[in-house]
Amino acid sequence: MKKEIRICGFGGQGVILAGFIYGKAACVFSDLNAVQSQSYGPEARGGAARSEVIISDEKIGYPRPTSTDLYVAMAQEAFDTYRHDIRDDTVIIIDPDLVPKHDIGRPIYKVKVQKIAEDLGNKIVTNIAMVGAMTGIYDLLDPEAVKKAVIDSVPKRFTELNINAFDRGYEAGKNARPE
Amino acid sequence: MRYERDPERIRRVLGEKVQFIQGDMAVTYGALLAGVSFFGGYPITPASEVAEGAARLMPRVKGTFIQMEDEIGSIGAVIGAAWAGAKAMTATSGPGFSLMMENYGYAIMTETPCVIANVQRTGPSTGQPTLGAQGDMMQARWGSHGDMTAIALAPSTVQESLDMAIDAFNLSEKYRHPVCLMTDGEVGHLREKVVIPDEDEMELIDRVPATVPKEEFLPFTNSQTRDSKVPDFPTFGSGYRTYVTGLTHNKKGFPATDKQKDHEELIRRIISKIEDDREALTDLEEIQLDDAEIALVTYGASARPSETAVQIAREKGIKVGMLRMRITWPFPIKQVNELSKKVNKIIVPEMNLGQMVHPITEYAAKDCEIVLAPKVGGEMHLPVELVEILEANL
Repeated sequence: MKKEIRICGFGGQGVILAGFIYGKAACVFSDLNAVQSQSYGPEARGGAARSEVIISDEKIGYPRPTSTDLYVAMAQEAFDTYRHDIRDDTVIIIDPDLVPKHDIGRPIYKVKVQKIAEDLGNKIVTNIAMVGAMTGIYDLLDPEAVKKAVIDSVPKRFTELNINAFDRGYEAGKNARPE
Repeated sequence: MRYERDPERIRRVLGEKVQFIQGDMAVTYGALLAGVSFFGGYPITPASEVAEGAARLMPRVKGTFIQMEDEIGSIGAVIGAAWAGAKAMTATSGPGFSLMMENYGYAIMTETPCVIANVQRTGPSTGQPTLGAQGDMMQARWGSHGDMTAIALAPSTVQESLDMAIDAFNLSEKYRHPVCLMTDGEVGHLREKVVIPDEDEMELIDRVPATVPKEEFLPFTNSQTRDSKVPDFPTFGSGYRTYVTGLTHNKKGFPATDKQKDHEELIRRIISKIEDDREALTDLEEIQLDDAEIALVTYGASARPSETAVQIAREKGIKVGMLRMRITWPFPIKQVNELSKKVNKIIVPEMNLGQMVHPITEYAAKDCEIVLAPKVGGEMHLPVELVEILEANL
Protein backbone atom coordinates (compact mmCIF):
# COMPACT_ATOMS: atom_id res chain seq x y z
CA MET A 1 0.00 0.00 0.00
CA LYS A 2 1.27 3.42 -0.95
CA LYS A 3 -0.84 6.58 -1.05
CA GLU A 4 0.28 9.97 -2.32
CA ILE A 5 -1.52 13.00 -0.93
CA ARG A 6 -1.28 16.64 -1.91
CA ILE A 7 -2.82 19.38 0.21
CA CYS A 8 -2.72 22.87 -1.27
CA GLY A 9 -3.88 26.30 -0.27
CA PHE A 10 -2.39 29.74 0.25
CA GLY A 11 0.48 30.57 2.56
CA GLY A 12 -0.67 31.11 6.14
CA GLN A 13 -3.65 28.73 5.96
CA GLY A 14 -1.78 25.92 7.64
CA VAL A 15 -1.59 23.43 4.77
CA ILE A 16 1.94 22.47 5.84
CA LEU A 17 0.68 21.74 9.36
CA ALA A 18 -2.25 19.75 7.90
CA GLY A 19 0.19 17.53 5.98
CA PHE A 20 2.47 17.28 9.00
CA ILE A 21 -0.40 16.11 11.22
CA TYR A 22 -1.53 13.55 8.66
CA GLY A 23 2.02 12.19 8.29
CA LYS A 24 2.55 12.12 12.05
CA ALA A 25 -0.74 10.24 12.50
CA ALA A 26 0.56 7.62 10.07
CA CYS A 27 4.03 7.05 11.47
CA VAL A 28 3.80 7.94 15.16
CA PHE A 29 0.21 6.92 15.94
CA SER A 30 -0.22 4.13 13.34
CA ASP A 31 2.31 1.54 12.29
CA LEU A 32 3.05 3.05 8.87
CA ASN A 33 5.79 4.99 7.16
CA ALA A 34 5.32 8.56 5.99
CA VAL A 35 7.30 11.28 4.28
CA GLN A 36 6.15 14.89 4.23
CA SER A 37 7.63 17.57 2.03
CA GLN A 38 6.47 21.02 1.05
CA SER A 39 6.82 23.81 -1.42
CA TYR A 40 5.91 27.43 -0.98
CA GLY A 41 6.97 30.86 -2.13
CA PRO A 42 9.07 33.35 -0.20
CA GLU A 43 5.96 35.12 1.19
CA ALA A 44 4.95 34.54 4.82
CA ARG A 45 1.28 35.00 3.83
CA GLY A 46 -0.37 34.45 0.47
CA GLY A 47 0.97 32.69 -2.59
CA ALA A 48 0.24 29.07 -3.44
CA ALA A 49 1.51 26.62 -0.81
CA ARG A 50 1.54 22.85 -1.03
CA SER A 51 2.18 20.07 1.45
CA GLU A 52 2.85 16.60 0.12
CA VAL A 53 2.56 13.39 2.11
CA ILE A 54 3.36 9.84 1.09
CA ILE A 55 2.02 7.11 3.36
CA SER A 56 3.08 3.50 2.89
CA ASP A 57 3.34 0.22 4.76
CA GLU A 58 6.73 -0.29 3.06
CA LYS A 59 10.00 1.65 2.89
CA ILE A 60 9.59 4.88 0.91
CA GLY A 61 12.34 5.47 -1.67
CA TYR A 62 11.70 8.54 -3.82
CA PRO A 63 10.21 10.92 -1.24
CA ARG A 64 8.09 13.15 -3.49
CA PRO A 65 4.72 12.17 -4.99
CA THR A 66 4.79 11.09 -8.64
CA SER A 67 1.02 10.78 -8.78
CA THR A 68 -1.95 11.85 -6.64
CA ASP A 69 -4.32 9.53 -4.79
CA LEU A 70 -5.88 12.25 -2.66
CA TYR A 71 -5.99 15.90 -3.70
CA VAL A 72 -7.12 18.53 -1.20
CA ALA A 73 -7.52 22.19 -2.19
CA MET A 74 -8.23 25.12 0.12
CA ALA A 75 -7.64 28.06 -2.26
CA GLN A 76 -8.58 28.88 -5.85
CA GLU A 77 -5.06 29.86 -6.93
CA ALA A 78 -3.59 26.64 -5.55
CA PHE A 79 -6.39 24.55 -7.10
CA ASP A 80 -5.65 26.11 -10.50
CA THR A 81 -1.85 25.87 -10.09
CA TYR A 82 -1.65 22.23 -9.01
CA ARG A 83 -4.67 20.75 -10.83
CA HIS A 84 -2.52 19.08 -13.47
CA ASP A 85 -1.48 16.51 -10.84
CA ILE A 86 -4.98 14.99 -10.78
CA ARG A 87 -5.53 11.46 -12.15
CA ASP A 88 -8.83 10.00 -13.35
CA ASP A 89 -9.31 8.16 -10.06
CA THR A 90 -7.88 10.81 -7.74
CA VAL A 91 -10.14 11.57 -4.78
CA ILE A 92 -10.65 15.35 -4.73
CA ILE A 93 -11.73 17.34 -1.67
CA ILE A 94 -12.29 21.10 -1.70
CA ASP A 95 -13.95 23.81 0.32
CA PRO A 96 -16.39 25.26 -2.27
CA ASP A 97 -16.31 28.67 -0.54
CA LEU A 98 -12.53 28.84 -1.00
CA VAL A 99 -12.45 27.22 -4.45
CA PRO A 100 -15.59 28.64 -6.14
CA LYS A 101 -14.45 27.78 -9.67
CA HIS A 102 -14.11 24.02 -9.37
CA ASP A 103 -16.27 22.65 -12.20
CA ILE A 104 -13.82 20.38 -13.99
CA GLY A 105 -16.45 17.93 -15.21
CA ARG A 106 -16.00 15.27 -12.57
CA PRO A 107 -17.28 14.43 -9.07
CA ILE A 108 -15.67 16.28 -6.18
CA TYR A 109 -16.15 16.07 -2.42
CA LYS A 110 -17.16 19.50 -1.15
CA VAL A 111 -16.85 20.34 2.54
CA LYS A 112 -17.26 23.86 3.89
CA VAL A 113 -14.41 23.63 6.35
CA GLN A 114 -13.88 27.38 6.68
CA LYS A 115 -17.55 27.74 7.66
CA ILE A 116 -17.05 25.03 10.31
CA ALA A 117 -14.08 26.96 11.71
CA GLU A 118 -15.96 30.27 11.66
CA ASP A 119 -18.92 28.67 13.47
CA LEU A 120 -16.44 27.56 16.15
CA GLY A 121 -15.36 31.19 16.44
CA ASN A 122 -11.88 31.03 14.88
CA LYS A 123 -11.02 30.75 11.19
CA ILE A 124 -7.52 29.63 12.15
CA VAL A 125 -8.69 26.01 12.61
CA THR A 126 -9.89 25.72 8.99
CA ASN A 127 -6.93 23.44 8.27
CA ILE A 128 -7.76 21.13 11.18
CA ALA A 129 -11.39 20.92 10.04
CA MET A 130 -10.02 19.89 6.65
CA VAL A 131 -7.82 17.22 8.27
CA GLY A 132 -11.04 15.94 9.87
CA ALA A 133 -12.87 16.00 6.53
CA MET A 134 -10.00 14.15 4.80
CA THR A 135 -10.02 11.50 7.50
CA GLY A 136 -13.80 11.05 7.17
CA ILE A 137 -13.80 10.85 3.38
CA TYR A 138 -10.61 8.96 2.61
CA ASP A 139 -10.45 5.59 4.29
CA LEU A 140 -6.76 5.40 5.14
CA LEU A 141 -6.03 6.37 8.74
CA ASP A 142 -7.84 5.60 12.00
CA PRO A 143 -9.58 8.82 13.12
CA GLU A 144 -8.34 8.26 16.69
CA ALA A 145 -4.72 8.22 15.42
CA VAL A 146 -5.27 11.45 13.50
CA LYS A 147 -6.93 13.06 16.52
CA LYS A 148 -3.93 12.12 18.67
CA ALA A 149 -1.65 13.74 16.09
CA VAL A 150 -3.79 16.90 16.19
CA ILE A 151 -3.59 17.09 19.99
CA ASP A 152 0.17 16.48 19.80
CA SER A 153 0.73 19.26 17.25
CA VAL A 154 -1.28 22.26 18.42
CA PRO A 155 -0.72 24.61 21.39
CA LYS A 156 -2.20 23.16 24.60
CA ARG A 157 -4.52 26.12 25.23
CA PHE A 158 -6.17 25.52 21.84
CA THR A 159 -6.62 21.76 22.16
CA GLU A 160 -10.38 21.90 22.65
CA LEU A 161 -10.95 24.26 19.72
CA ASN A 162 -8.85 22.05 17.43
CA ILE A 163 -10.54 18.84 18.57
CA ASN A 164 -13.94 20.39 17.90
CA ALA A 165 -12.79 21.48 14.45
CA PHE A 166 -11.47 17.99 13.73
CA ASP A 167 -14.66 16.26 14.95
CA ARG A 168 -16.98 18.52 12.95
CA GLY A 169 -14.81 18.23 9.86
CA TYR A 170 -14.77 14.45 10.28
CA GLU A 171 -18.58 14.26 10.59
CA ALA A 172 -19.04 16.52 7.54
CA GLY A 173 -16.57 14.34 5.66
CA LYS A 174 -18.38 11.13 6.65
CA ASN A 175 -21.63 12.56 5.30
CA ALA A 176 -20.16 14.07 2.14
CA ARG A 177 -20.85 12.50 -1.25
CA PRO A 178 -19.00 13.31 -4.44
CA GLU A 179 -20.99 15.72 -6.59
CA MET B 1 32.42 24.84 34.18
CA ARG B 2 32.82 21.46 32.59
CA TYR B 3 29.85 19.99 30.70
CA GLU B 4 28.62 16.67 31.99
CA ARG B 5 26.58 14.68 29.49
CA ASP B 6 23.36 13.74 31.26
CA PRO B 7 21.57 11.01 29.24
CA GLU B 8 18.31 11.30 31.19
CA ARG B 9 18.17 15.05 30.76
CA ILE B 10 18.93 14.78 27.03
CA ARG B 11 16.11 12.27 26.52
CA ARG B 12 13.72 14.38 28.57
CA VAL B 13 14.53 17.37 26.37
CA LEU B 14 14.20 15.39 23.13
CA GLY B 15 10.83 13.95 24.17
CA GLU B 16 9.02 10.98 22.68
CA LYS B 17 11.05 8.04 21.37
CA VAL B 18 9.23 7.99 18.02
CA GLN B 19 8.81 11.33 16.29
CA PHE B 20 7.97 12.82 12.89
CA ILE B 21 10.63 15.48 12.30
CA GLN B 22 12.72 17.18 9.62
CA GLY B 23 16.18 15.98 8.65
CA ASP B 24 17.75 19.19 9.94
CA MET B 25 16.20 18.70 13.37
CA ALA B 26 17.37 15.08 13.36
CA VAL B 27 20.95 16.35 12.99
CA THR B 28 20.46 18.46 16.13
CA TYR B 29 18.94 15.48 17.96
CA GLY B 30 21.87 13.22 17.02
CA ALA B 31 24.38 15.85 18.12
CA LEU B 32 22.68 16.22 21.51
CA LEU B 33 22.67 12.45 21.97
CA ALA B 34 26.38 12.35 21.10
CA GLY B 35 27.03 14.88 23.85
CA VAL B 36 27.55 18.11 21.91
CA SER B 37 27.99 20.93 24.39
CA PHE B 38 28.89 23.82 22.07
CA PHE B 39 27.20 25.02 18.91
CA GLY B 40 28.53 28.06 17.09
CA GLY B 41 26.62 28.91 13.95
CA TYR B 42 25.18 31.42 11.56
CA PRO B 43 21.76 30.86 9.97
CA ILE B 44 21.66 29.90 6.30
CA THR B 45 18.97 28.19 4.25
CA PRO B 46 18.50 25.20 4.09
CA ALA B 47 20.57 24.59 7.25
CA SER B 48 18.94 27.17 9.56
CA GLU B 49 16.71 24.61 11.28
CA VAL B 50 19.78 22.81 12.65
CA ALA B 51 20.81 26.03 14.42
CA GLU B 52 17.21 26.82 15.42
CA GLY B 53 16.93 23.41 17.04
CA ALA B 54 20.27 23.85 18.77
CA ALA B 55 19.35 27.35 19.98
CA ARG B 56 16.18 25.96 21.52
CA LEU B 57 17.55 22.73 22.97
CA MET B 58 21.20 23.38 23.91
CA PRO B 59 20.42 25.61 26.93
CA ARG B 60 18.06 22.91 28.23
CA VAL B 61 20.87 20.34 28.36
CA LYS B 62 23.19 22.97 29.91
CA GLY B 63 25.13 23.34 26.67
CA THR B 64 26.09 26.56 24.91
CA PHE B 65 24.68 28.02 21.69
CA ILE B 66 26.22 31.12 20.16
CA GLN B 67 25.05 32.78 16.98
CA MET B 68 28.32 34.14 15.65
CA GLU B 69 28.83 37.13 13.35
CA ASP B 70 29.41 34.90 10.32
CA GLU B 71 30.57 31.45 9.27
CA ILE B 72 34.28 32.23 9.70
CA GLY B 73 33.62 33.19 13.31
CA SER B 74 31.38 30.14 13.75
CA ILE B 75 34.00 27.54 12.94
CA GLY B 76 36.64 29.56 14.80
CA ALA B 77 34.51 29.43 17.95
CA VAL B 78 33.90 25.71 17.40
CA ILE B 79 37.63 25.02 17.19
CA GLY B 80 38.27 27.01 20.36
CA ALA B 81 35.48 25.21 22.21
CA ALA B 82 36.88 21.85 21.11
CA TRP B 83 40.28 22.73 22.59
CA ALA B 84 38.52 23.69 25.81
CA GLY B 85 37.20 20.13 25.92
CA ALA B 86 33.77 20.45 24.29
CA LYS B 87 32.21 18.27 21.66
CA ALA B 88 31.54 21.15 19.31
CA MET B 89 29.76 21.68 16.01
CA THR B 90 28.48 24.13 13.47
CA ALA B 91 25.94 23.81 10.65
CA THR B 92 25.95 25.59 7.33
CA SER B 93 25.34 25.32 3.60
CA GLY B 94 27.35 26.01 0.39
CA PRO B 95 28.31 29.69 0.76
CA GLY B 96 28.97 29.30 4.48
CA PHE B 97 30.99 26.14 3.87
CA SER B 98 33.12 28.10 1.38
CA LEU B 99 33.79 30.73 4.05
CA MET B 100 34.79 28.02 6.52
CA MET B 101 37.47 26.49 4.32
CA GLU B 102 40.43 28.32 5.82
CA ASN B 103 39.55 27.25 9.35
CA TYR B 104 38.58 23.77 8.11
CA GLY B 105 42.23 23.43 7.08
CA TYR B 106 43.29 24.86 10.44
CA ALA B 107 41.20 22.21 12.22
CA ILE B 108 42.82 19.49 10.11
CA MET B 109 46.33 20.84 10.75
CA THR B 110 45.77 21.27 14.50
CA GLU B 111 43.95 17.89 14.75
CA THR B 112 40.86 19.46 16.30
CA PRO B 113 37.86 17.16 16.77
CA CYS B 114 34.67 18.90 15.61
CA VAL B 115 31.67 18.41 13.33
CA ILE B 116 30.51 20.54 10.42
CA ALA B 117 26.98 19.71 9.27
CA ASN B 118 26.60 20.90 5.68
CA VAL B 119 23.00 20.94 4.44
CA GLN B 120 24.07 21.24 0.83
CA ARG B 121 22.63 23.49 -1.86
CA THR B 122 24.09 24.57 -5.16
CA GLY B 123 26.26 27.42 -6.38
CA PRO B 124 28.61 28.96 -7.31
CA SER B 125 28.02 31.81 -4.90
CA THR B 126 24.57 32.10 -3.33
CA GLY B 127 22.91 29.96 -6.03
CA GLN B 128 19.52 28.52 -5.08
CA PRO B 129 19.17 29.09 -1.33
CA THR B 130 15.94 27.19 -0.65
CA LEU B 131 16.62 24.11 -2.76
CA GLY B 132 18.75 21.05 -2.26
CA ALA B 133 21.80 19.92 -4.22
CA GLN B 134 25.01 17.99 -3.68
CA GLY B 135 27.23 20.98 -4.28
CA ASP B 136 30.07 20.49 -1.82
CA MET B 137 31.19 16.87 -2.07
CA MET B 138 34.51 17.91 -3.57
CA GLN B 139 34.89 20.98 -1.38
CA ALA B 140 34.68 18.69 1.66
CA ARG B 141 37.50 16.60 0.21
CA TRP B 142 39.78 19.23 -1.29
CA GLY B 143 38.48 22.62 -0.08
CA SER B 144 41.51 23.63 1.94
CA HIS B 145 44.89 24.33 0.41
CA GLY B 146 47.74 21.92 0.93
CA ASP B 147 47.69 18.17 1.42
CA MET B 148 44.66 16.99 3.28
CA THR B 149 42.18 14.18 3.67
CA ALA B 150 38.57 14.17 4.75
CA ILE B 151 35.95 12.22 6.64
CA ALA B 152 32.46 12.82 5.22
CA LEU B 153 29.14 11.06 5.78
CA ALA B 154 26.07 11.37 3.54
CA PRO B 155 22.65 10.55 5.03
CA SER B 156 19.76 9.60 2.73
CA THR B 157 16.97 9.61 5.31
CA VAL B 158 15.91 11.56 8.37
CA GLN B 159 16.77 8.59 10.62
CA GLU B 160 20.24 8.47 9.09
CA SER B 161 20.62 12.21 9.69
CA LEU B 162 20.24 11.49 13.40
CA ASP B 163 22.34 8.32 13.44
CA MET B 164 25.12 9.84 11.33
CA ALA B 165 25.32 12.95 13.51
CA ILE B 166 26.27 10.57 16.32
CA ASP B 167 28.72 8.76 14.01
CA ALA B 168 30.22 12.09 12.93
CA PHE B 169 31.05 13.02 16.53
CA ASN B 170 32.45 9.55 17.21
CA LEU B 171 34.74 9.72 14.18
CA SER B 172 35.85 13.28 14.95
CA GLU B 173 36.75 12.25 18.50
CA LYS B 174 38.45 9.03 17.41
CA TYR B 175 40.60 10.60 14.69
CA ARG B 176 40.84 14.17 16.05
CA HIS B 177 39.67 15.50 12.71
CA PRO B 178 36.89 17.86 11.55
CA VAL B 179 34.15 15.57 10.23
CA CYS B 180 31.69 16.74 7.56
CA LEU B 181 28.09 15.56 7.81
CA MET B 182 27.10 16.10 4.17
CA THR B 183 23.33 16.19 4.20
CA ASP B 184 21.39 18.33 1.69
CA GLY B 185 18.35 20.57 1.29
CA GLU B 186 16.15 17.64 0.26
CA VAL B 187 16.87 15.32 3.19
CA GLY B 188 17.23 18.32 5.52
CA HIS B 189 13.68 19.52 4.89
CA LEU B 190 11.89 16.17 4.59
CA ARG B 191 9.86 15.01 7.54
CA GLU B 192 10.07 11.30 8.34
CA LYS B 193 9.81 8.96 11.26
CA VAL B 194 12.77 8.83 13.64
CA VAL B 195 13.32 6.45 16.49
CA ILE B 196 15.58 7.92 19.16
CA PRO B 197 18.06 5.22 20.18
CA ASP B 198 18.22 4.10 23.82
CA GLU B 199 21.44 4.68 25.71
CA ASP B 200 22.44 1.00 25.41
CA GLU B 201 21.89 1.09 21.62
CA MET B 202 24.52 3.80 21.17
CA GLU B 203 28.27 3.65 21.25
CA LEU B 204 29.92 6.94 22.13
CA ILE B 205 33.60 7.64 21.60
CA ASP B 206 35.51 10.35 23.44
CA ARG B 207 38.95 11.70 22.59
CA VAL B 208 41.72 10.11 24.68
CA PRO B 209 43.03 12.66 27.18
CA ALA B 210 46.74 13.18 27.78
CA THR B 211 47.89 11.23 30.83
CA VAL B 212 51.66 10.80 30.55
CA PRO B 213 53.83 12.86 32.94
CA LYS B 214 53.57 16.49 31.82
CA GLU B 215 57.27 16.92 31.11
CA GLU B 216 57.25 13.90 28.75
CA PHE B 217 54.14 14.90 26.82
CA LEU B 218 54.38 15.39 23.04
CA PRO B 219 51.11 16.86 21.68
CA PHE B 220 51.66 16.28 17.95
CA THR B 221 52.95 12.79 17.33
CA ASN B 222 51.73 9.21 17.68
CA SER B 223 49.85 8.52 20.88
CA GLN B 224 52.22 8.00 23.80
CA THR B 225 49.79 5.61 25.51
CA ARG B 226 48.32 3.55 22.65
CA ASP B 227 49.30 2.06 19.29
CA SER B 228 47.76 4.92 17.31
CA LYS B 229 48.77 7.76 15.05
CA VAL B 230 46.20 9.93 16.82
CA PRO B 231 47.88 11.89 19.63
CA ASP B 232 46.36 12.06 23.11
CA PHE B 233 44.46 15.29 23.70
CA PRO B 234 45.80 18.01 26.04
CA THR B 235 42.57 19.85 26.88
CA PHE B 236 43.21 23.52 27.59
CA GLY B 237 43.31 24.02 31.32
CA SER B 238 44.35 20.45 32.10
CA GLY B 239 47.90 21.56 32.84
CA TYR B 240 49.57 20.22 29.68
CA ARG B 241 51.38 23.14 28.04
CA THR B 242 50.53 23.04 24.37
CA TYR B 243 51.17 25.42 21.53
CA VAL B 244 48.53 25.15 18.79
CA THR B 245 49.37 26.54 15.38
CA GLY B 246 48.39 26.13 11.76
CA LEU B 247 52.05 26.50 10.82
CA THR B 248 54.01 23.33 10.24
CA HIS B 249 54.93 22.24 13.75
CA ASN B 250 57.21 19.71 15.38
CA LYS B 251 56.16 17.03 17.86
CA LYS B 252 56.11 19.60 20.64
CA GLY B 253 53.75 21.79 18.64
CA PHE B 254 56.25 24.61 17.96
CA PRO B 255 56.65 26.10 14.47
CA ALA B 256 59.14 24.23 12.30
CA THR B 257 58.24 25.90 9.05
CA ASP B 258 61.62 25.46 7.35
CA LYS B 259 62.07 21.81 8.32
CA GLN B 260 61.30 19.50 5.41
CA LYS B 261 61.37 16.38 7.57
CA ASP B 262 59.07 17.78 10.24
CA HIS B 263 56.54 18.89 7.63
CA GLU B 264 56.53 15.59 5.77
CA GLU B 265 56.27 13.56 8.96
CA LEU B 266 53.40 15.72 10.27
CA ILE B 267 51.33 15.78 7.09
CA ARG B 268 51.86 12.09 6.35
CA ARG B 269 50.74 11.21 9.88
CA ILE B 270 47.65 13.45 9.74
CA ILE B 271 46.60 11.84 6.45
CA SER B 272 47.54 8.26 7.27
CA LYS B 273 45.84 8.25 10.69
CA ILE B 274 42.64 8.27 8.61
CA GLU B 275 43.58 6.59 5.35
CA ASP B 276 45.24 3.62 7.11
CA ASP B 277 41.72 2.97 8.46
CA ARG B 278 39.98 3.18 5.09
CA GLU B 279 38.42 -0.28 5.51
CA ALA B 280 37.00 0.56 8.94
CA LEU B 281 35.75 3.84 7.49
CA THR B 282 33.92 2.14 4.63
CA ASP B 283 30.16 2.00 5.11
CA LEU B 284 28.12 0.82 2.13
CA GLU B 285 24.62 -0.39 1.41
CA GLU B 286 24.25 -2.94 -1.39
CA ILE B 287 20.88 -3.38 -3.10
CA GLN B 288 20.26 -6.21 -5.61
CA LEU B 289 23.87 -6.35 -6.73
CA ASP B 290 24.22 -10.18 -6.78
CA ASP B 291 23.25 -10.70 -10.42
CA ALA B 292 23.51 -7.05 -11.54
CA GLU B 293 24.95 -6.25 -14.96
CA ILE B 294 24.61 -2.52 -14.45
CA ALA B 295 24.91 -0.59 -11.19
CA LEU B 296 23.95 2.77 -9.79
CA VAL B 297 26.53 4.17 -7.37
CA THR B 298 24.91 6.78 -5.15
CA TYR B 299 24.95 8.69 -1.88
CA GLY B 300 22.73 11.09 0.06
CA ALA B 301 19.47 12.35 -1.46
CA SER B 302 20.13 10.92 -4.92
CA ALA B 303 19.98 7.42 -3.43
CA ARG B 304 16.22 7.89 -2.86
CA PRO B 305 15.08 8.08 -6.53
CA SER B 306 17.84 5.60 -7.37
CA GLU B 307 16.40 2.93 -5.09
CA THR B 308 12.93 3.43 -6.57
CA ALA B 309 14.44 3.30 -10.09
CA VAL B 310 16.09 -0.05 -9.26
CA GLN B 311 12.69 -1.44 -8.22
CA ILE B 312 10.96 -0.19 -11.38
CA ALA B 313 13.79 -1.40 -13.64
CA ARG B 314 13.87 -4.84 -11.96
CA GLU B 315 10.13 -5.19 -12.69
CA LYS B 316 11.01 -4.54 -16.33
CA GLY B 317 13.62 -7.32 -16.17
CA ILE B 318 16.68 -5.07 -16.13
CA LYS B 319 19.47 -6.60 -14.06
CA VAL B 320 20.38 -3.49 -12.11
CA GLY B 321 21.64 -3.01 -8.57
CA MET B 322 22.78 -0.15 -6.41
CA LEU B 323 25.74 0.65 -4.20
CA ARG B 324 25.16 3.46 -1.72
CA MET B 325 28.05 5.17 0.06
CA ARG B 326 27.08 6.15 3.60
CA ILE B 327 30.65 7.37 4.06
CA THR B 328 31.92 9.10 0.92
CA TRP B 329 35.32 10.16 2.26
CA PRO B 330 37.58 8.29 2.65
CA PHE B 331 36.46 6.88 -0.68
CA PRO B 332 35.72 3.11 -0.78
CA ILE B 333 38.41 2.39 -3.37
CA LYS B 334 38.45 -1.40 -3.09
CA GLN B 335 34.70 -1.94 -3.12
CA VAL B 336 34.07 0.37 -6.10
CA ASN B 337 36.90 -1.32 -7.99
CA GLU B 338 35.46 -4.78 -7.24
CA LEU B 339 32.00 -3.67 -8.35
CA SER B 340 33.40 -2.27 -11.60
CA LYS B 341 34.86 -5.70 -12.41
CA LYS B 342 31.46 -7.34 -11.87
CA VAL B 343 29.20 -5.03 -13.86
CA ASN B 344 29.45 -3.67 -17.40
CA LYS B 345 28.50 -0.12 -16.56
CA ILE B 346 28.20 2.15 -13.56
CA ILE B 347 25.68 5.01 -13.58
CA VAL B 348 26.34 7.86 -11.15
CA PRO B 349 23.27 9.99 -10.37
CA GLU B 350 24.31 13.23 -8.70
CA MET B 351 22.59 16.52 -7.90
CA ASN B 352 25.49 18.42 -9.46
CA LEU B 353 27.30 18.32 -12.80
CA GLY B 354 29.70 15.63 -11.63
CA GLN B 355 31.64 15.35 -8.38
CA MET B 356 31.78 11.82 -6.90
CA VAL B 357 31.85 10.52 -10.48
CA HIS B 358 35.54 11.50 -10.52
CA PRO B 359 36.87 9.15 -7.82
CA ILE B 360 34.52 6.46 -9.14
CA THR B 361 36.10 6.84 -12.59
CA GLU B 362 39.59 6.98 -11.09
CA TYR B 363 39.26 3.73 -9.16
CA ALA B 364 37.00 1.69 -11.48
CA ALA B 365 38.47 -0.94 -13.80
CA LYS B 366 39.31 0.65 -17.12
CA ASP B 367 36.93 -1.56 -19.13
CA CYS B 368 33.91 -0.55 -17.04
CA GLU B 369 32.12 2.42 -18.53
CA ILE B 370 31.18 5.16 -16.04
CA VAL B 371 28.14 7.24 -16.98
CA LEU B 372 27.33 10.45 -15.12
CA ALA B 373 23.60 11.14 -14.64
CA PRO B 374 23.54 14.74 -13.44
CA LYS B 375 20.53 16.73 -12.29
CA VAL B 376 20.81 20.38 -11.32
CA GLY B 377 18.38 23.19 -10.63
CA GLY B 378 17.17 22.18 -7.19
CA GLU B 379 15.24 19.01 -7.95
CA MET B 380 15.95 15.36 -7.34
CA HIS B 381 16.02 12.97 -10.28
CA LEU B 382 12.65 11.46 -11.00
CA PRO B 383 12.84 7.66 -10.73
CA VAL B 384 11.52 7.36 -14.31
CA GLU B 385 14.34 9.59 -15.57
CA LEU B 386 16.85 7.19 -14.07
CA VAL B 387 15.01 4.19 -15.54
CA GLU B 388 15.24 5.84 -18.97
CA ILE B 389 18.98 6.36 -18.47
CA LEU B 390 19.32 2.70 -17.45
CA GLU B 391 17.40 1.55 -20.54
CA ALA B 392 19.54 3.75 -22.79
CA ASN B 393 22.66 2.16 -21.33
CA LEU B 394 21.77 -1.54 -21.66
